[in-house]
Amino acid sequence: MGHHIDSLIQEEMKQEIAASASRSRRKKTVKVVTELKEKSPMKRGLQRAALFTALLVGAVSMAAPFLWMVSTSLADAGQVFSENRSWWQEWLPVSFVWQNYVKVWAVVPFAQFYLNSIFVSLCITFGQVATSAMAAYAFARLNFPGRDRIFFSYLATMMIPGAVTMIPVFILLRHLGWIDTYKALILPGIFTAYGTFMLRQFFLTLPKDLEDAAKIDGCSYVRIFWHIILPLSKPALATLTTFTFMGSWMNLMWPLIVVNTHTKYTLPVGLAYFQGVHGTDWTLLMAASMMMILPILIVFLFNQRFFVEGIKLTGIKG
Amino acid sequence: MKNGLKDKTKETIAAYGFLMPNLLGFLLFTSIPVLASLGLSFVKWDLLSKGPQFAGLANFIELTKDPFFGKYCWNTLVLMTAIPISMAGSLLLAIALNQKLRGTVIFRTVYFLPTICSGVAIFMLWRLIYNPNFGFLNSMTAQFGDMLGLRLTGPNWLTDEAWAKPAFIIMSVWQSIGGYNMILYLAALQGVPRDLYDAAEVDGANSWQKFWNVTWPQISPTTFFIATMSLIGGFQAGFDQAYIMTGGGPNGSTTTIIYYIFNNAFEWYRMGYAAAISWVLFLIIFAVTVVKWRFFGKAVHYN
Repeated sequence: MGHHIDSLIQEEMKQEIAASASRSRRKKTVKVVTELKEKSPMKRGLQRAALFTALLVGAVSMAAPFLWMVSTSLADAGQVFSENRSWWQEWLPVSFVWQNYVKVWAVVPFAQFYLNSIFVSLCITFGQVATSAMAAYAFARLNFPGRDRIFFSYLATMMIPGAVTMIPVFILLRHLGWIDTYKALILPGIFTAYGTFMLRQFFLTLPKDLEDAAKIDGCSYVRIFWHIILPLSKPALATLTTFTFMGSWMNLMWPLIVVNTHTKYTLPVGLAYFQGVHGTDWTLLMAASMMMILPILIVFLFNQRFFVEGIKLTGIKG
Repeated sequence: MKNGLKDKTKETIAAYGFLMPNLLGFLLFTSIPVLASLGLSFVKWDLLSKGPQFAGLANFIELTKDPFFGKYCWNTLVLMTAIPISMAGSLLLAIALNQKLRGTVIFRTVYFLPTICSGVAIFMLWRLIYNPNFGFLNSMTAQFGDMLGLRLTGPNWLTDEAWAKPAFIIMSVWQSIGGYNMILYLAALQGVPRDLYDAAEVDGANSWQKFWNVTWPQISPTTFFIATMSLIGGFQAGFDQAYIMTGGGPNGSTTTIIYYIFNNAFEWYRMGYAAAISWVLFLIIFAVTVVKWRFFGKAVHYN
């Protein structure tokens, strides 16, 4: 199985070479074709305008729910429920009841939820990236008896749904007396076959010569890992970091299963609990929801390019 | 070597050192639980009384007679109709964004927003959007009706059995149309060699023929990849939104397989039965994936 993947990657490199060859061939044909391609500029302009309009309409309908969320979170509670407000009053925040945002922190232990989420997500992310990178280095760069067999068992579990392991893990944690602890929230989230698999695939594509040179100089494996492999793998590590963090920030089911006191709730469970208690305080619910997605939104808006690259990295032939 | 250890032994020790933290966690939280879960599927256990009671195939036999299980499998399948809809939408969007228009980056950001902000907060928002009294869908419908002099009332989206599933499908299309799949398609489109289009143009192909004969076969590996991942995900999906928005109702119409597993295990403490369902879920996913590879794997075009 491991060899199979290696050959896939070699195949990919061949394709890359072929593609670059065809790119250079293209330059010659382009001249001939441009003469054929000319359309009337008028028709082209119209087409592009139509396309742009369609995209704009789409974008507005994608953004509309968010706009509505913002204006509801800032609305006066009485106003939301009044029957006779006109449509623009729904969409534009006519009042700015910032008090909604303050109130959320008072009616439920929102600060505690927030801190729990930050702590749990950071621990899971750090733990997963660190242990996955180490294991991936062993799988991708070192030879040892049993390597392919162990790696195959990692691969085999990747197809098994999380629902299968969730029940025995819960029973195990219960036996250990870890239910309702941070350990239960964090530890099972750290170890995934997926993180190891993804990083291994990336490590395999790194050139070997730097490493060989370092070995001849008598570098230890730890130093090679730290000073050569990790710095070369920043994009892959950043991608795994982002996706792991987002995944655990949003995770609802696992905290729901292992935690039952308010002080241990993460944001998703806390929000669900908030909805259960103050289900009709829509303005407060929307304010709380806004505060939950805000950190993710900020990270995304500032690192967009890198998100896109990350998706391509994990997605293509993943 | 000074210390007398052979290089090979050294490498093995180092390798296991690097592997150990992850391997221990993997054994404890993945591979042993997988085996334990298989064992659990043959017992009955409510966690409280005596201990697990061996039940043979009783859980699986019960499953074949359980009308709810069939219903929830059906629900899961119906909700998965969002997958082809949003894949087609993602491809169209990617083609549109690949035309190098003004503002492409801004469009891409806006279309990606719903994916980035997924989770409880967004389901909360949609619960309000679908609210028949205060939600904007129905108030827009009513106001649109007023303009025409009609009295239009939108459906009770989340409390009407006929509308709850469509409501979920609309929401998941909104959520995923501009997300990961669109970005993958965009990357695939940019990877199609230009000279193939040039050759098609020389042959006098129109836009539609170019799409059908050049683009579509060239991006088929991406389509295959997205479809496979979406199917695997789709069978396991549907917990978060149903838990937040409908509690699985009305009348179980939004309960999916994963929600049923959750309820059996953690609401009703039927550990063995829940484990049995989770294995059936695995078998379904496995079978679908194998069938897909068999029948469509060959049709996929790799150069």
